[in-house]
Amino acid sequence: MTVALAEGRARRPNYRNRRRWQEAAALLFAVVVLIWTLTPIYNIIAVSLEAHGDVFTNDLFPAKPSLESFWVVITQGYWYLEFFWRQFENSLYIGLATVFFTLSIGSLASFAIGRMRIRYGWVVSNAALLTYVIPASFLAIPFYRIMGFYGLSNNLWSVIAAEVTFATPYAIFIFHQYGVSIPIELDEAARIDGASPAQVYFKIYLPLMAPALVAVGTYALLLAWNEYLYQFLLLSSKKSMTVPVALAQFLNSDEAPWNYMMATAIVYALPPVAIYYAFRGRMTAGLTMGGVKG
Amino acid sequence: MADVQALRTADPFSHLRLAAAPKPRSAWRLGLQGSEFTWAIAFIIPYAGLFVAFVAYPVLYGLWLGRDPALYFELMSEPIYQRTVVNTILYLGIGVNLKMFGALMMSGFFMRRGWWVKGLLLIYVLPWAVPALPSFISIHWMLNGQWGLINNAIWAFFGIDGPGWLETSRWLALGSVIASHIWKWMPFWTVILLAGRMAIPQELYEAAEMDGATGIKRFTHVSFPLLANLYLVCTLLSTLFTLGDFNSVYFVSGGGPALSTHVLATLGIRDAFEVARPELGVAVVMSALPLMIPLVILLMRKLHTTEVSL
Repeated sequence: MTVALAEGRARRPNYRNRRRWQEAAALLFAVVVLIWTLTPIYNIIAVSLEAHGDVFTNDLFPAKPSLESFWVVITQGYWYLEFFWRQFENSLYIGLATVFFTLSIGSLASFAIGRMRIRYGWVVSNAALLTYVIPASFLAIPFYRIMGFYGLSNNLWSVIAAEVTFATPYAIFIFHQYGVSIPIELDEAARIDGASPAQVYFKIYLPLMAPALVAVGTYALLLAWNEYLYQFLLLSSKKSMTVPVALAQFLNSDEAPWNYMMATAIVYALPPVAIYYAFRGRMTAGLTMGGVKG
Repeated sequence: MADVQALRTADPFSHLRLAAAPKPRSAWRLGLQGSEFTWAIAFIIPYAGLFVAFVAYPVLYGLWLGRDPALYFELMSEPIYQRTVVNTILYLGIGVNLKMFGALMMSGFFMRRGWWVKGLLLIYVLPWAVPALPSFISIHWMLNGQWGLINNAIWAFFGIDGPGWLETSRWLALGSVIASHIWKWMPFWTVILLAGRMAIPQELYEAAEMDGATGIKRFTHVSFPLLANLYLVCTLLSTLFTLGDFNSVYFVSGGGPALSTHVLATLGIRDAFEVARPELGVAVVMSALPLMIPLVILLMRKLHTTEVSL
């Protein structure tokens, strides 16, 4: 007994020391992670704050930081940025339409499969699963051709169709999972009261699915905002293209104006970052609450 | 470790499941009747239409475009294509595994308590929240041999000239692309694996500690066996996503120097649109099918049997 006590006393400071070392190592590791994560983002900000001539210098920090390039972007004061706000509007339009159609098509399908248990519903969910695992870029070439057949080339709706196609499978899964936590008795009661399937869908299903709708909506918006390839292939005129396509066009010009590009990039990146952090809690909640059964 | 076995079968990831296990009853229990069946059909038609018009048709059309065997013989004899295949394998083999293993380790790190760990997590997910294109363009410029931030920093700290990351050597450029891909996507998988770790009941760790499993043992005997399935599914999914990753390669290295760092996804687009030979582009993409089909089958099976998904 006394031996054990003595041993315990002798070991305690040692243990505390080890804890301190571990904490220090963790902090050091955190600093490495911070540098790794923030360097490219720091680079965007630093370059955007530089004056036009200062980009081609060897400074680590902008010598004379100024907001001039942001002003140029906002006022469209450079020939490449001629239609910046128009292009931003296009991005926004595509993003919002993608959210709307992903949510409506996805929730209708998962209602029919998961709640109404339509026969052969599993075929549809397997088709969705298959779409989810096919890389979108692999379908780009035939997709481009087919948009020509449909008469949709250089049309925002062709991009919306592409984004919705690749966002809906994920929506169907999340809705299906989340729907399980909503008691089916609600549907039964409504049905006995004479509600039609459409009424059950609008009055019971959709309101109760709100958290999942927010989660998937955020996902669809970020997907459309992140996507480049389809927007690049399907939109060709300056007035119909989106911000990422215009941004990539800068790259091909002889003397790329890096400070304007980075300022454009920041303006473009702000909405999704803000939305992501605003809905972060809901997003994870929406994705994890599906299994919490009452 | 009998407890762990029992728990593994009891499925600790119930909160991560999509098609949750208990067979949901339907309010329309005795089958759909009359107009209800019409309603159900009407509800499913938008997705069915979307699938036929924008998935099935392009897939079949793509198969038809790439039907000529001569295209594949042409590709085989092309040095650019051969290099591209090697790049793709390296990109997947190194990129995916480093990323997933890193994510597994990082998710363990973020299980630590303390306010600064939570703060760090918020910053750590930033690459995922920032749209791909701005960050990749920024990385492209950052790695510029003459004016980029990295070489400026190397000069400032060590007084030597850094290499031309993207301009001179294939391996440096490919390494840069892989690092950029990891930078962008590791946070996402960390968050997923973190959710998986949080689902492991705390009592299990307490019991394991009683039995003397701490430190590394705790990881190898408790955390990892429980996470293994999720980890496998995530790795498979990530492999497929990475195979289709166009943005990292296209914007960081652009396939350069001298077309030496293309992967199948970018070479396909180049052949179809820059070289203006869509059939050849489709053939490039189709040549990934021998790798893709087993992956897809394995993944679909895993998703069905374990019902672990994202």
